[in-house]
Amino acid sequence: MDKKRFVYADNAATTRVSDKVFAIMQPYFSNEFANPNSIYSFAHTARNAIEDARRKTTDAINAKNGNVYFTSGGTESDNWAITGVAAAESRKGKKHIISTKVEHYSVLNALESLKKQGFEITLLEADAEGMITPDQVEKAIREDTALVSVMYANNEIGTIYPIADIGAICRKRNVLFHTDAVQAMGCVKIDVENQNIDLLTLSGHKFHAPKGIGCLYVRKGIALNNLIHGGGQEKGKRPGTENVPYITGFAEAVSIAANTVNERVEYVTNLRDKLLEGILTIPGVKINGTMKQRLCGNINVSLEAIEGESILLALDMKGIFASSGSACTSGSLDPSHVLLAIGLPHALAHGSLRFTLNEENTMEDVEYILEHLPPIVQNLRNMSPLWREKGG
Amino acid sequence: MQYSQKVIEHFTNPHNVGEIENADGVGEAGNDKCGDIMKMYLKIENNIIKDVKFKTFGCASAIATSSIATDLIKGKSVEDAVKLTNKAVIDALDGLPAIKVHCSVLAEEAVKAALADYYKRQGIDPAPLLESFE
Repeated sequence: MDKKRFVYADNAATTRVSDKVFAIMQPYFSNEFANPNSIYSFAHTARNAIEDARRKTTDAINAKNGNVYFTSGGTESDNWAITGVAAAESRKGKKHIISTKVEHYSVLNALESLKKQGFEITLLEADAEGMITPDQVEKAIREDTALVSVMYANNEIGTIYPIADIGAICRKRNVLFHTDAVQAMGCVKIDVENQNIDLLTLSGHKFHAPKGIGCLYVRKGIALNNLIHGGGQEKGKRPGTENVPYITGFAEAVSIAANTVNERVEYVTNLRDKLLEGILTIPGVKINGTMKQRLCGNINVSLEAIEGESILLALDMKGIFASSGSACTSGSLDPSHVLLAIGLPHALAHGSLRFTLNEENTMEDVEYILEHLPPIVQNLRNMSPLWREKGG
Repeated sequence: MQYSQKVIEHFTNPHNVGEIENADGVGEAGNDKCGDIMKMYLKIENNIIKDVKFKTFGCASAIATSSIATDLIKGKSVEDAVKLTNKAVIDALDGLPAIKVHCSVLAEEAVKAALADYYKRQGIDPAPLLESFE
């Protein structure tokens, strides 16, 4: 095992475009390049490709009672859902929105912009394990609540939230419900109809489609203001000439992800558990987030007395690619808002390490990480003024 | 963000890691809230820094700036060591990414805190020295 491997273990950041998805997309770059909105016969293939992609996506998430709009990705879909609902609902005097402290910044910062426009925002606190309960949502709902937005699964600590139950409460109380399912697709069965979801965000590059393509599902009958203004594409709701190759790739990837959830969860959980078991043999390691409702590929731990960026760089030198909630990896002075929100002290948040595995990882990858991580941790602790004080 | 080869070298094989028993001056800079803590130990004989060791909790650049700072002051007189600047640390590392410049400041502060501690132990008022970086 001395040979340096390439071990990509940051699949929550992005994934490889799969060979199958790449192949599906190829004809639409240079051969079937027509504008799908043109009326001549040359454009029919491109138009059909888009509508076929919409059908595939609709089937994958059971979206038959609504519309799937293709967007540029998760950030746009989240921004559109939140600001679009807010604008429409505020006309009825509803200017209160409920979300959580552990959302992605594309939700949190969209809410921040609404706050400046006079909306009231309630951000629910997660417990020490990262969980948000339907009960918390119910208690926060008011007469003037326009929208509840709770992510399907957390990108950092992998917590899967009780979406169907939260959706049921929102429906009962006549409040719209949006969920950012960017991390969940392919790891849980998403069914917007049976899970009481009104709006749902997906991003292709988290499940083997390219970066820069996603979708927003909107249930029928929901008033949603545009985020982007322009021509008549996507029924005028999301103008801009459609990215035909990416849309076809996205739909193929969604379809594969949705149809292989069981196999993926079984295979990846086994890898993840082996890796976690090995990591936990290192002294001074704490798991972040619950192990009960957790994405199958997610590991997030804090390593006492050492800092995340140092660990990442040392792993990088061994060909292992992971992530951290350390401030040093984000360019800001504060470590991960999610880790702070679940009550981690700063030092442990700085010392966090995230591995996110998927079906392209192997047991050899896991063994390779477990061969190299412990000496890296030991080496950094030997340099740390905090380690001996901890009695290590 | 990319580090220079020099930063990577000092991160991978840092110089002068450790502690000095019965050090003549010990200084610390940073805090665990910001994610960097540097601790410097000095052995000083006849006004010359005979030995210097560091321990650092922090990112790769915090470790590299600690390492290069020890190189820059080892063998120097106390008066010369006091003149260490964060710019000298950055230059010796062939540059630092903009968001990492604070690590070079911490290295300067840790060295000066250790020298201030040495002055205090000698019964010399370290105030003029402290003024230079506080």
